[in-house]
Amino acid sequence: MPDPILRLSGVFANIAQYHILQGVDLEVPAGAVTMLLGRNGVGKTTTLRTVMGLWRAHRGSIVFADRDITALPTPAIARAGIGYVPETMGIFSDLTVEENMRLAAASGPIAADRLDWIFAAFPPLKTFWKKEAGTLSGGQKQMLSIARAMAEERRLYLIDEPTKGLAPAIIATMAGALRDLKKQGASILLVEQNFSVARLLGDSCAVMDDGRIVWSGAMAELAGDAALQERLMGLSLEAG
Amino acid sequence: MSAAPDHAPTIVRAGLRDRLAPHVPLLLIPVLIVLGFVSIGSPSSWLTLTVSGLAMGMMIFIMASGLTLVFGLMDVINFGHGAFVSVGAFVGITVLLALGGMTGSPSLALNMAALLLAVVAAMLATGIIGWGFEKVIVEPVYGAHLKQILVTMGGLIIVEELILVAWGPDEIFFTRPETLQGAFTFAGAAIERYRLVAVVFGLALFLAMRFVLRSTKIGLIVRAGVENGEMVQALGYRLRAVFIGVFIAGSALAGLGGVMWALYQEVITAHMGAGIMVLVFIVVIMGGLGSVEGCFIAALLVGLTQNYVAFLEPKLALISNIGLMVLILMWRPQGMMPVVKAK
Repeated sequence: MPDPILRLSGVFANIAQYHILQGVDLEVPAGAVTMLLGRNGVGKTTTLRTVMGLWRAHRGSIVFADRDITALPTPAIARAGIGYVPETMGIFSDLTVEENMRLAAASGPIAADRLDWIFAAFPPLKTFWKKEAGTLSGGQKQMLSIARAMAEERRLYLIDEPTKGLAPAIIATMAGALRDLKKQGASILLVEQNFSVARLLGDSCAVMDDGRIVWSGAMAELAGDAALQERLMGLSLEAG
Repeated sequence: MSAAPDHAPTIVRAGLRDRLAPHVPLLLIPVLIVLGFVSIGSPSSWLTLTVSGLAMGMMIFIMASGLTLVFGLMDVINFGHGAFVSVGAFVGITVLLALGGMTGSPSLALNMAALLLAVVAAMLATGIIGWGFEKVIVEPVYGAHLKQILVTMGGLIIVEELILVAWGPDEIFFTRPETLQGAFTFAGAAIERYRLVAVVFGLALFLAMRFVLRSTKIGLIVRAGVENGEMVQALGYRLRAVFIGVFIAGSALAGLGGVMWALYQEVITAHMGAGIMVLVFIVVIMGGLGSVEGCFIAALLVGLTQNYVAFLEPKLALISNIGLMVLILMWRPQGMMPVVKAK
């Protein structure tokens, strides 16, 4: 197993009076795709948001690339090299696709070869380059959301349910783009409910329940064990 | 490299109605001007009132633009915004009065130099006060609207009292610089020079703001921040620093608006900022909270309506702007050009 690029140790986080994360211990290996699985409401999205500093860990530590980022403000965490794709996509509807991408490249213009790569992965973005992002379809918005994270090279990508509610053809596009990203050696922490996508992309896997990581190991191990899936997530995902 | 998807995207041309919908608010200005022409009857009176209405609208826009951005970016309701208008007016007019030799000269260059110095002094003063206001009064109450209303209102009262301490309780009357006084006749209509200057200046400022917001990176950050501040931060931008910058710029613009409003009225009082805030809030709400374009259109509509109605039916002038706001909100409850906020 490669060295972890991200390590959460005993992380607790509250939202108002609700204790969402209750001691999360998670390691994301460098250069690999780690799937974060679990039923709805167990704390997957909160885990990603807490890493980004959008919600604060009130106990425990978050170490990214040997640097403690637990108390850093969100912009500093992003600039340390973490790209974030929220479940809500976070598209700026009033801005054009081009403006969304320009904004995503915080350190300067997007490199031409990188833009070519993004257009090859998501052709609609080229077609609608000058259109307002609010006019895109749901799938195209999701493409833009991921493309925005890819606008600059990041050391780690946190991606929250990128295939949620999308048509199969667009899921295939999305999975292809994430596979490209993986081939480039990116480290990815991916929350995903679509098990066939998870199985296709995942190297390792962590399963959450009740605000904790209840199981972690190789993706292949979980994918091949229906009983384990049943025990961890309450249903067998083999059908995917 | 992944293969291109088989769901080839297509662009379907939207229907005429959908394409026109975003521009309808813009069309309201010429429609109102034509309505005014038809109702007033006399072309010369109409022209005088139209220039006057546009000038008033431009000044209200300058005062309101900062407020709408502050609200849009950080969800802050700043009832103290009027304080910057008053301070800007007092500082600017004090400078102008001190430069009596320049303002009394018939030289356009000397008059403009004096005006420029007054405007720079007013914007510097209100920018600095705005920075302190944000730090001391606004920062502790982020996210709490009721507290924001209470403390910014308190801030307004404190600043007004400080103006009374510094300048005394009396109204200060003055005259505009020599070359901005009087009127000229165009097509039989008397047009005040200063109002025409205000229209040209306001339009130039709007275009400059639009350029900054549309064509620069900082403008992109501000527009994106108005829609979804959290995501802007997750992309690595320090929204708090941007917000402070916008707050300072908005305060300085209010100061500039204060100088222009003072020159329009030729009298200043400590409460002039609070007085104009009713119109400023109407404009911000009508335009759509956070929308500079909406604010601009709403300001012109308010200025024109107030002038036309005051001429046609003076008794109705007091309620004309509230009535206009009610009509606009019945048509578009989120304002004319609402900014789509992220959930």
